[in-house]
Amino acid sequence: MTLLVVEGLTKRFGGVAAAKDVSFSLGAGEMLAIIGPNGAGKSTTFNMVGGQLKPDSGTITLDGRSIAGLPARAIWKSGVGRTFQVAQTFVSMTVAENVQMALLSHHGRTRSLFADARALYRDEALGLLAGVGMRGDAERPVSELAYGDVKRVELAVALASRPKLLLMDEPTAGMAPRERGGLMALTAEVARTNRIGVLYTEHDMEAVFAHADRVLVLVRGEIIAAGTPEEIRANPRVKQVYLGEAGTAAAMRARRKAVA
Amino acid sequence: MSTRDETFSLMSRRAVIGGLAAAPLGLAASRAAAQGSGPIRIGELNSYGRMAAFAVPYRNAMQLAQDAVNKAGGIKALGGRPIEIVFRDDGSTPGDATRVAEELLTRENVAFLCGTFLSNVGLAVADLANQRKALFLATEPLTDALTMGSGNRYTFRVRPNTYMQTRMLVEAVKDRGIKRWAIVAPNYEYGQSAAANFKRLMTAAVPGFEVVGEQFPALGKVDAGATVGALSQMKADGLFNVLFGADLTAFVREGNTRGLFEKRTVASLLTGEPEYMIPLGDETPEGWITTGYPWETIEGNGHKEFVTAYRARFNDTPRLGSLLGYVVVGMIRDMLEKAGSTDTEAMIAALEGLTSQTIAGPVTMRALDHQSTLGAWIGETALNGRQGTMRQVRYADGADYMFPEAEVKAARKA
Amino acid sequence: MDPSFLVLQALSGLASASSLFVIASGLTIVFGVTRIVNFAHGSFYMLGAYIAVTLVPRLLDLSYSPAAFFLGVLLSALLVGLIGVAVEVLLLRRIYRVPELFQLLATFGVVLIVEDLVLKIWGPVDIAGPRAPSLRHGVEILGQRFPAYELVLIAVGPLVLGLLWLLMHRTRFGVLIRAATQDREMVGALGVNQARLFTLTLFLGASLAGLGGALQIPRVPANAHMDLSIITDAFVVTVIGGMGSVPGAFVAALLIGQLQAFGILIFPKVTLVLVFALMAVVLVVKPWGLFGRPEAASGRVMPPEGIPSLRRFRPADVALAGLAAAALLAVPLLGDAYKVKVATEILIFALAAFSLQFLVGVGGLVSFGHAAYFGLGAYAAGLLVTGPLKAPMELALLAAPLAAAAGAALFGFFIVRLSGIYLAMLTLAFGQIVYAICFQWVEVTGGDNGVVGVWPSSWASGRITYFYLVAALSLTAIVLLRRVIYAPFGYSLRAARDSATRAEAIGLDVRTHRWLGFTLAGAAAGLAGGLYAFLKGSIDPTLTGIPLSIDFLVMVLVGGIQTVMGPLVGAAFFHALKDAVMPLTEFWRLLLGIAIIATVLAFPRGLAGAAEAIRGRTVARKPVEASA
Repeated sequence: MTLLVVEGLTKRFGGVAAAKDVSFSLGAGEMLAIIGPNGAGKSTTFNMVGGQLKPDSGTITLDGRSIAGLPARAIWKSGVGRTFQVAQTFVSMTVAENVQMALLSHHGRTRSLFADARALYRDEALGLLAGVGMRGDAERPVSELAYGDVKRVELAVALASRPKLLLMDEPTAGMAPRERGGLMALTAEVARTNRIGVLYTEHDMEAVFAHADRVLVLVRGEIIAAGTPEEIRANPRVKQVYLGEAGTAAAMRARRKAVA
Repeated sequence: MSTRDETFSLMSRRAVIGGLAAAPLGLAASRAAAQGSGPIRIGELNSYGRMAAFAVPYRNAMQLAQDAVNKAGGIKALGGRPIEIVFRDDGSTPGDATRVAEELLTRENVAFLCGTFLSNVGLAVADLANQRKALFLATEPLTDALTMGSGNRYTFRVRPNTYMQTRMLVEAVKDRGIKRWAIVAPNYEYGQSAAANFKRLMTAAVPGFEVVGEQFPALGKVDAGATVGALSQMKADGLFNVLFGADLTAFVREGNTRGLFEKRTVASLLTGEPEYMIPLGDETPEGWITTGYPWETIEGNGHKEFVTAYRARFNDTPRLGSLLGYVVVGMIRDMLEKAGSTDTEAMIAALEGLTSQTIAGPVTMRALDHQSTLGAWIGETALNGRQGTMRQVRYADGADYMFPEAEVKAARKA
Repeated sequence: MDPSFLVLQALSGLASASSLFVIASGLTIVFGVTRIVNFAHGSFYMLGAYIAVTLVPRLLDLSYSPAAFFLGVLLSALLVGLIGVAVEVLLLRRIYRVPELFQLLATFGVVLIVEDLVLKIWGPVDIAGPRAPSLRHGVEILGQRFPAYELVLIAVGPLVLGLLWLLMHRTRFGVLIRAATQDREMVGALGVNQARLFTLTLFLGASLAGLGGALQIPRVPANAHMDLSIITDAFVVTVIGGMGSVPGAFVAALLIGQLQAFGILIFPKVTLVLVFALMAVVLVVKPWGLFGRPEAASGRVMPPEGIPSLRRFRPADVALAGLAAAALLAVPLLGDAYKVKVATEILIFALAAFSLQFLVGVGGLVSFGHAAYFGLGAYAAGLLVTGPLKAPMELALLAAPLAAAAGAALFGFFIVRLSGIYLAMLTLAFGQIVYAICFQWVEVTGGDNGVVGVWPSSWASGRITYFYLVAALSLTAIVLLRRVIYAPFGYSLRAARDSATRAEAIGLDVRTHRWLGFTLAGAAAGLAGGLYAFLKGSIDPTLTGIPLSIDFLVMVLVGGIQTVMGPLVGAAFFHALKDAVMPLTEFWRLLLGIAIIATVLAFPRGLAGAAEAIRGRTVARKPVEASA
């Protein structure tokens, strides 16, 4: 069953088309990666789906409902959770409170004036944290966590509303290499178990080819290829335009290895 | 030097009382009882900080007068008890001032309150006095409301109010045959009420009187160029000015350069007061009809001696504030002598209708509206060397310019 | 209308615009680089005028020439620049690491100190400066006379703009200023000596303010009120232009100059509110001013300035709070009548400060105009009891928070659309509009005289009874508001403050929540205002004014913006301090300013913040002891 259908999505900044006629679809439980060089329009596409940007034209349909141009919170309401390239958490709160905050919103209790916020949905939050392996850190301020752990918390927050679609903008950016595999494996497992569709952008090719069901290649705002990881690997155009920057990619990989 | 000593003695006393632990148990006994012996304490609150140009000379003269009274044997009707004026800054807002007034009443055990500069502060303190049943001698605030619509039986005012001062000016210009007038006044109660009084009195006094335009720049922020431009455009024959202080200086300079005052009659409130004339310096305009205080020309009633004593002690020339401060202390002495008590009701009874011989001549506190008949000097501005002065001066006795009795009764019926 | 008159009026507008621009350019540069909202900029302007009226006549005695005059003006500007350096080195430099709001507080302390120092040094009498030689006369333009000096002023604005452009584009210092204005972090990353950059920036900014003041001396006498009369206008210009944008300040100054020159022809009483109304309109339409840009969204996560984390009351805290409440309630038994009065005021201010803390510390919404809602409450209460209705106090005290909430809801609707300094400035603009309405609508509000006779019902009129009434209402409101901070609504506000992006992404309607929060805080401030009106017996526009708004902010900051209960400590401390200092001397503002600065330097997190830190240290030490 198709969960998300994107057709003809276009966004211009000044005269420059950051995304041009982008179309793709995504099924429930499927993991779809968008790759492309810097400035290819990945984040733009992404933010249009998530509601952080308004598309100039094109349609976005989630579960048969059009969500294009809706504000972020309406898109969230229709079943989209997301994480950000630079993790966005509530830095003044504990790990558990971050998740509880999402649950409060999910249950429509954010305007409650006198209830004790810390006691609400606590067990549910702890359950979600257990799911991402952060149960033991529930009482720590989120500001104290290592960045990889912050990303896990963010995942738990994104999952709190039981979304149908999860948007992850460079989920492993800024994480130590060791943590990356773990987070992507965790995401894939959660997605498949709960039949959540995952759309993510990624720089790290290993994370892409290891976990994606399908891959879109975006260059200068346009999709130049789509298919399974194997097909993308074999696509000559992709090789030329994107992976053709092999020198850079290899160097990056080498450096990461050195750091690790 | 003695100014400083006074401040110091206030400071040390306050520092002791100010300690959190120093509060005496139980409330102070009634004011009258607490005033039983020792000096008669008088609570004076004013804007010594923000309005220092007026208030400091005022305080100087009060101290001068206080020393004179005490040297002459204090208040004889009270067994020669000396008077002691307790000075406090009123913070220049009603909120601060009412708190300070409470402090003076409850902690300093003053017999009564006097002072205040700004009209809103004066009104708030007057209402507090009414509530607390304490006497309040409002010395400086000019707003008509203080003795009219908002008047109360505990509040008395010394200075000639806005109505009286405007009326003095109107009388001086009404026979000059000028009908087309422009008005410039600061945009607050004093300015608005002076403008309204001027229109009302001129309409009655000058047939065909007409206001061709008005300007109300924000107090302290006059955009002199634009205001003078707008006034020139009105082609008026007369200009009624209520601006004072820094606004006035800026306005006069701009008007002088642009020729606004040429071939026009200017009637100007307060401009002849040294407080506002000194900063004008050699740019003082000639021939403005104004109210003021030409201290150097005033003779009789012991005024000359006052000037000599003031200059000797403070090494400065007296301001209108100095005159007022000296007059007020004299009135206070006479009130206490007549009352023979510091009981509030006795003091009110004594003050109503009390006539004092002051350095400005006899001044009566009218019982009807608690407005004193202290007047002002009317004359024309003139340049004397590099300083402004007044010529063709005459003293306008306030008694001739009071609000008509019927109006007072209508306003104060509440 | 006569066309020659229109030309002259436009020229008058240009002369004012030029003066305003010179001052505002300094303010906007300082803000761009240091992000400090420098209240002391008006003091620099005033010092420029005072130094010039002292210096220029001496130079003119040596040589009566325009050259001597303008040399004196420039020297005055440079001297003020050096004073700016002193302020930076002695004060601001020590507090760059503390939240920006504390720097604002420190500059406010400087304002108070300079105000009184000027009175002390130059005396209370206005000092008119000399006119510029050869420029005393009027120039005949289209048959009307126009001051020659103002023609010079008209030229000064573009000249300063040009020089600043050269500085910004042709010198390393200028390039750094621009870089820092765009992205402060980047400059740090470039390895620039930030301290020196800031010192030079303060020198430049203060010099421009000093220049503005010195240039005014032929027009306006040096007086002790100049600082406050200019600072709001200078803020308005920088905000309308876009904070940090020099060309923006130029355009905004032109706009205001002309609007003023022609506005007064149509509405002679408009001067009070004109610039603020313009600012409100501009901010509603263009949230970052005409030429401003949103803060560079570099994706970095800045720690919020408010309450970092909520701590529950521990038994010790409960005991402390209980003790404090008991001590307060026992004041009528122990203290004299005057102490009761002061304690009542403290209770009222505590509620007002706490409601502001709810906005600033919890919601991250810095309000420079909180007194507007305090004042709305006071006016609603005061007008109800004194007006034709002659309503009883009980009804008036109910109406006070409702009226303030209505006002807060109306203004908040626009305010919550903005963020950061622009939001703060819009609160200021609305505050000033409320002030202007109270001031100008004489028939209803009594104008600046206000309304007297606002006394409590007879059962509550005794000092002690009223004290307990205030205590009951204030403490209840504070406890309830505190409860809200710990409730989902308070968490939601904090979530929106921490990360609006994240909050929206979990479905939180950030604007609506902020709007409701603003309304709630307004209601609480309104209750405080109503109680205050009955305490004082009168209402007047100062209850809605900027000085009172600043007092509230000072209470919040002195108490500690990062603690929930800090503002209560701040209110008590600040008010008790003011009360203790005021009777000492008329120079109490000086002492107050010194006390504020000392507090900022000694306790950069506020008093309660300091207590918290000390406790934190002892708690943190415990595990070490245990393991040892």
